Order: sequence, then C-alpha cells, then structure tokens
Amino acid sequence: MTMSVEEKLGVNKFFVNEGKPHIEIDPNYPDMKEKLKLVKACPGGLYKLNENGTLSFDYAGCLECGTCRILCLGTVVKKWEYPESTMGVEYRYG
Amino acid sequence: MSEFDAIIVGGGLAGSTAAYVLAQQGLEVLLIERGNYGGSKNMTGGRLYAHSLEKIIPNFAEEAPVERRVVKERISMMTENDAFTIDYHSPRLAQAGSDSYVVMRGEFDRWLFDKAEEAGAMTAAGIKVDELIVENNRVTGVICGDEEMRADVVILADGVNSLLAEKAGLRKRVQPSQVAVGVKEVYGLPAKVIEDRFGLTGNEGTAWLFAGSPSNGLVGGGFLYTNKESISLGLVLGLEHIGESEKTIEEMMVAFSNHPEIAPLIKDAKLLERSGHVVPEAGLSMVSTLYGDGYLICGDAAGFCLNIGYMVRGMDLAIASGEMAAKAVIAAKEKGDFSSATLQSYKTMLDESFIMKDLAVYKNFPSFMENPRIFNQYPAMVSEIMAEMFIVNGSPAVPLRKKAMKHLKTVGLMNLLKDGFKGVKSV
Repeated sequence: MTMSVEEKLGVNKFFVNEGKPHIEIDPNYPDMKEKLKLVKACPGGLYKLNENGTLSFDYAGCLECGTCRILCLGTVVKKWEYPESTMGVEYRYG
Repeated sequence: MSEFDAIIVGGGLAGSTAAYVLAQQGLEVLLIERGNYGGSKNMTGGRLYAHSLEKIIPNFAEEAPVERRVVKERISMMTENDAFTIDYHSPRLAQAGSDSYVVMRGEFDRWLFDKAEEAGAMTAAGIKVDELIVENNRVTGVICGDEEMRADVVILADGVNSLLAEKAGLRKRVQPSQVAVGVKEVYGLPAKVIEDRFGLTGNEGTAWLFAGSPSNGLVGGGFLYTNKESISLGLVLGLEHIGESEKTIEEMMVAFSNHPEIAPLIKDAKLLERSGHVVPEAGLSMVSTLYGDGYLICGDAAGFCLNIGYMVRGMDLAIASGEMAAKAVIAAKEKGDFSSATLQSYKTMLDESFIMKDLAVYKNFPSFMENPRIFNQYPAMVSEIMAEMFIVNGSPAVPLRKKAMKHLKTVGLMNLLKDGFKGVKSV
C-alpha cells in the first residue's frame, strides 16, 4: 500500500488557523530555481509547481520546520511566522 | 522591578532543563512554550545520550518516557538495491554512564517540562512569544500578544530557527549550508514484532544510520530507531544543494522505505505520524552569539549540534547548555548583576565542558562531509566489492585483490588516500 504525502500528513494532529496563513508566498516569483528548492525540500510536500509554472502552497499541513524560510525568505517566501499560540502541528510522537 | 528572575522561551530540552535547575534553586522562573505542551512542536530521529541529564536527574530513565535503551549500533552503506552493514552489539553500550535511549520528543519533552513545573517553575504552554523587549541595548523581557512580561534575564531556547534572536539582531539568519532538513515517519508495530525483526529482547533497542542512496547524492543519510511499539524511520538532507536534486524529499523517503533492506522491517506497520524539522549541522562554525546584557542562548538556538557521520548529537548538548545557562543565572542573581560581563560565566562553563571541547575536536568534519564521493562513490564501490566477493556464477575466479583494485581505481587511489586521511583527521 502506497500512501500519498497528503495521506501521510492526514495521520498528524493539526490545529489549522483557518483564513490566517502563517506563511505567505509569491506564487509568481520568476526564478524557477528558487521555486524548485521549495518543491524539493519541504518535508510536508506542501509546495507544488502548477502546469503554468506558478507555485502553490498549502499552509494547513505545515510541520513548522523552517526549511522554506531558510531557503527562500526574501525571494519566494514573503512572510514566515510561527502559527499563533496553540495553533499548527501538534506532535504526539515527535 | 522585574516580575521574574528569569523568563525562558521554549519548552524543549534546553529550556525545560534550565527552568528545572533554576526552580530547584528557588528562583522565580517563567517557562513559555508556544505549543500546547512541552515537546508538542519538537522532533528527533532519535537518540538521547543520557550523560548530561543523568547528572541533573539521576536514574531519569526509570521514570521518564524513554522508548528503548540502545544496545545495537548499525551503519549501512546503501545503493539502490544493495546494503552493506556494520553491526555492533554490546552490553557496554547500555552501561550506566554511557547509556543512550531512543526517545520521542512529544512524550519525553512533555515529561521534562512537567518536571520543571513540579520543581516550582511557572509554566505557560500554548503561549507564543512574539518579540523580545530590548531597552538600552539590554533584553528586559518578552512580548506575547498585547502582554509584556519582564525578567532580570531571558533565556532563549526557542530552537534552531530562533526567530526571536534574529528579530532582535542578536543572531544572523541561519544559512542553507549550515543546516539540514529532517523528515521522519513513525510506524506502529507490536513490541514482540519489533524484537523479533531486530533481534532484541525486553527494552533493548537499535540505532541505525544509512549512507548512500537514501540521500540521493546530497550530504545526509537515513536513520532508523526502534521505539517500544513503533519504528522511527527518516532522512536528514543538507539544504545547500537540495534544489539541484532530481528527487523531492518525499520521493527519497518513499524510495528509502521501499528499499529491500527496509521494507520487510516496516511490513504491515501502520503510519502513526509524519514529522519534519531543521537540524543544525555546521558544528562549531555555526555557534554564534551565546550571551549578552540580559540574555543567554542555549540548545539548537545556539547551534549546538554534532554530526560526525556515524553519530549525531544535539539533545545531550541542549540539556547541558540549559543547565549551564541556569547556573550562570544563579551566579548573576547572587551578584545582582545580569550584564554581559557577569553572564559571560556561561561561555566559560561551555568552554570547559564537553560541548565546546567536542565541537572543537570535530570542527573540520562538516566540511569533510561536503565531499560528494562520500555519499555516492564509496557506497557504490563497497557494494561492487561485496558483489565480487560473494557472487558465484561459474565464471573463472579472479583473485580478490584484483577484483577489489578495479573498483578502488574507479574512485581513484589518490582520492581514497586523501579522503581517508582527511576523514581520520576530522574525527
């Protein structure tokens, strides 16, 4: 049985702050190399390249690792904060 | 007047240790954690070397939620379908004083956080610190939402990303070349099945690292740790060149978990959690500001991590640095002076401890690991030599030294000598 990354994240416990993303990106950022870094490196597989070359990102499954911030803050990543108090991922195992 | 002697930001191992030690000495401490409990945002591979916590809470493993005590060390070199493994099994690994435990941070950190509370620290879980208060170049407190709280000293134990230190200009932004991304999957299995699959009895555990195909050419590798009733399986991948990788981290994770060496070990297991975290990897070169007027930085936030290929350590350093930060605060309180000049005793203690000494011994290792031969050519070479040794198919025999030489030459004898020499020097 192969699980998709979305299904894998589905077993986690998340408190999603609906409508209040803690990370904001520029989906139309021109440099493809920068966008690919995020597609390759996000351990939640949350950055996806669309057919038209734009980037989509879903903050709801964020593991709060900071990888995208370290790689692309100031380029593709416009804002990176931790989720508000009590929100976000909650590791039961960790 | 400050409301607290110390405010500690971050309820991980460094922060909770600092809070525990300070509270035990009767100081007024506030320990703040943004998650709903200590450890709720934390993740490790992972294994905790017991020595540093043992000094603070003797026999902690008897009461703490540890998974298994490691008695079996394995290191594998992997290619796409092959694995060459070194297996070291010894009761000496489990002896008091040199013992190590597989832990899961959601449970383990929560226990230590609660210990700090029991010792008398005031704890606030589910509260995010937004900013430090800096007045006259001195850290005097923290801001959470619209609330300000003040203390004589603030201990920053807010993890590898330490946004607070960066925002306040106390630390530079972490660079991709200094860190790796870790991804982990926890697979549930009955204890009996784990013991049978790994040849373990009772609370014995296995720690296993993998070099070669798991990191797909990047600096890094795979790991596997046995928990009581689950297996932790994951990858650590250097960020510097990750954009150039032809595979995504998920594709690498799938390939690793489907590898013929791994797949039977997690067969019929149920995925319990998928986690991710950034790992400081650059050793001594990424240790930055440690103290200043009104503040101390410890744990991952200070960059305390040792990765020397066959061994990865961060948690024992975090605990020891939390303890030293607390001791520096206790000394400062006695003097009634929380300036940089007094808090410098933290750095002195670090310098005299295993933390800075070990970081100095292994300071060249991170740059040695930048060598792509280590993650590509050597695992392939070993696998080819093993195949030559063990495969019998009726072709005329060739002396082993000739067989081996062919593969050594693929890498280049000079490269082998050079890397061997550098490698031995760096560890």
